[in-house]
Amino acid sequence: MSTDDAYDPKFGEYGGQYVPEALMPAIEELTDAYQRYVLENEDGFMDEFRERLADFGGRPTPLQYADQLSTRYDTDVYLKREDLLHGGAHKLNNALGQVLLAKYMGKERIIAETGAGQHGTATAMAAAHLDMPCEIYMGETDIARQRPNVFRMRINGSEVNPVTVGRGTLKEAISETMRDWATTVENTHYVIGSVVGPHPFPKMVRDFQAVISEEAREQAIEKTGGLPDSVLACAGGGSNTMGTFAHFVDDSDVDLYAVEAGGSSLRVDEEEGVAPNSATLSTGDEGVLHGARTKLLQDSDGQIMESHSVSAGLDYAGVGPELAHLVDEDRVIPVNVDDDAALEAFHRLSQDEGIIPALETAHAFGYLEEHHDEVGDTVVVNVSGRGDKDLETVIEETSKRDLDIAPDMSIFERVGGGGL
Amino acid sequence: MGLERAFADEPAFVPYLAAGDPNYEASLEYVEALARGGADVIELGLPFSEPIAEGKTIQNAIVRSLEAGMTPDRFFEFVEDLDVDVPLVCMTYYNLIYQYGEGEGPRPFVEKAAAVGIEGLVVPDLPAEEAGPLRTACDEFGLDLVFIVAPTTKGDRLERMLEQVSGYVYVQARLGVTGAREDVDDATEESLARLSDWDVPKAVGFGIKTGDHAERIVSAGADGVIVGSALVDIVAEGHENGDPVDEVADRLEAKARELKDGALRGASERPQPERT
Repeated sequence: MSTDDAYDPKFGEYGGQYVPEALMPAIEELTDAYQRYVLENEDGFMDEFRERLADFGGRPTPLQYADQLSTRYDTDVYLKREDLLHGGAHKLNNALGQVLLAKYMGKERIIAETGAGQHGTATAMAAAHLDMPCEIYMGETDIARQRPNVFRMRINGSEVNPVTVGRGTLKEAISETMRDWATTVENTHYVIGSVVGPHPFPKMVRDFQAVISEEAREQAIEKTGGLPDSVLACAGGGSNTMGTFAHFVDDSDVDLYAVEAGGSSLRVDEEEGVAPNSATLSTGDEGVLHGARTKLLQDSDGQIMESHSVSAGLDYAGVGPELAHLVDEDRVIPVNVDDDAALEAFHRLSQDEGIIPALETAHAFGYLEEHHDEVGDTVVVNVSGRGDKDLETVIEETSKRDLDIAPDMSIFERVGGGGL
Repeated sequence: MGLERAFADEPAFVPYLAAGDPNYEASLEYVEALARGGADVIELGLPFSEPIAEGKTIQNAIVRSLEAGMTPDRFFEFVEDLDVDVPLVCMTYYNLIYQYGEGEGPRPFVEKAAAVGIEGLVVPDLPAEEAGPLRTACDEFGLDLVFIVAPTTKGDRLERMLEQVSGYVYVQARLGVTGAREDVDDATEESLARLSDWDVPKAVGFGIKTGDHAERIVSAGADGVIVGSALVDIVAEGHENGDPVDEVADRLEAKARELKDGALRGASERPQPERT
């Protein structure tokens, strides 16, 4: 992985700091803290971070050989098991890093946005663990479709503030959290949930998540004697993607696939301002959103589109600026998988490997199913999270489709109702 | 001489409305009512779908305007259709400026804005660090670029910003997002004190609601007051109640006069320094 300068805000033409002036001093303060504590390990920050990731988080996570999928695809498939990290997703790597950093910086309060609720739950856990008060902003649509995560955040002691403007998903939640931060910036740290937002967030979040590929690369060499031919990760904002790719970026023989949500269609309804997908890297145009220049789903005027995916965690109209840059440089290959294929892959991984993946993660396996003959002899797939939070959505969405692979759920009719 | 001229003789009243709120025709009437009520500069919002610096009041105005069909091209028509003799400033977010027209960068937007008579721009998500290309385009077409000075803007940052600013500085009266408040914050006076050595006009905004607020802020040393949400509230209430457009326009004109009169009272209360 290249070591970047904390004070260089750009990735090629992407990145930057497009935020209200009121936030700029806080962002400068954060940039200094990133340089000192994260890059230079001042006061042993990174040592404490790694120790807490191990003891509280359960790192390292395994790199597991997937017996059934390897046979099915005639390819050695290895699973990086971030679903086994505390909380059930890769999100804790970043949340723990940022909450700890906020403590080192002397901040007294944590705020965060969440889409699927995975980042919110990770932040709530990290805040409870490190004894910091925490408020999470979440769109009302997402609150409805991710109820279990709302319970978890509340049970960990965080406030959950519903965001009612717009369609009530991640985009609106980020905007609302930025508004809170503009009001409370002097004592509050904004734990952004992905490699998005103004510099230094994209670099800093990548560095906290890079532990995924640091481990996976060593584990792959240990288990196979060499590097994989391909690495696959799903991509919404892109934090698990960048974390999974970071230590492989300089290995030019390793193909890196960022699998986006193709939703129901790649076609855009310009009239309604709706993109029925979240395939920003594949179909987006350059623009400025939430503090960074990056690729966006936007109309020809520059208004941001409502994105869509069956998976709340991928449902975002922007993407991390470094990923946009790596795509333009032909280092990362952007691909996408539609809702149907993701659901099918969800069931396949559950049945064949005994791992119920997050719907976000299922997109990466959907791509593997469709293109396994193009990814080489050895492939690493990041299992970014587990799917418990998605069970209600999966049962509902599966029942709308006629998927051969789906389990029969008529048991509830036979016992006369009841739910999950 | 750019927008500075609006602050030269007496404290300026600078109202804000989202263009096209709640619809194109009514909004034209409302902006003209502000001019009749004594506006010295008018800030017209060009609605963006992700207004991260706005509070609920202006967020809702932006939603109404977008739902009524406002676009950048409609906005420029709106400016041409306005019958006012007051300098106009466009307040919008950078992506709309960046995406407009053919070719890269902010130049086509600025060229068009100048052509329809816009005299300045305020871009809340564009700090001085990222403003170079827009500053260049504004210089080419003779527009002022107004920067927002926050209560957290101090030291080197303040100096760098004031070197780039023209027209006036928008002094953010308090941390947070836009929205009318019941009181005036101490942060305002501190911000004005930090800016006292700079001779660019200082217009204070964020939270000003009444003529008394305007009076206090001008007596504390401001050269102007910027008022948005308190006016947008009148538009919103009229829209929700289904009131006739001319009645709502009368209310806006009366509110504008109250704010302008407050600013004038404030000026008479402070020792008049010699202006350059």
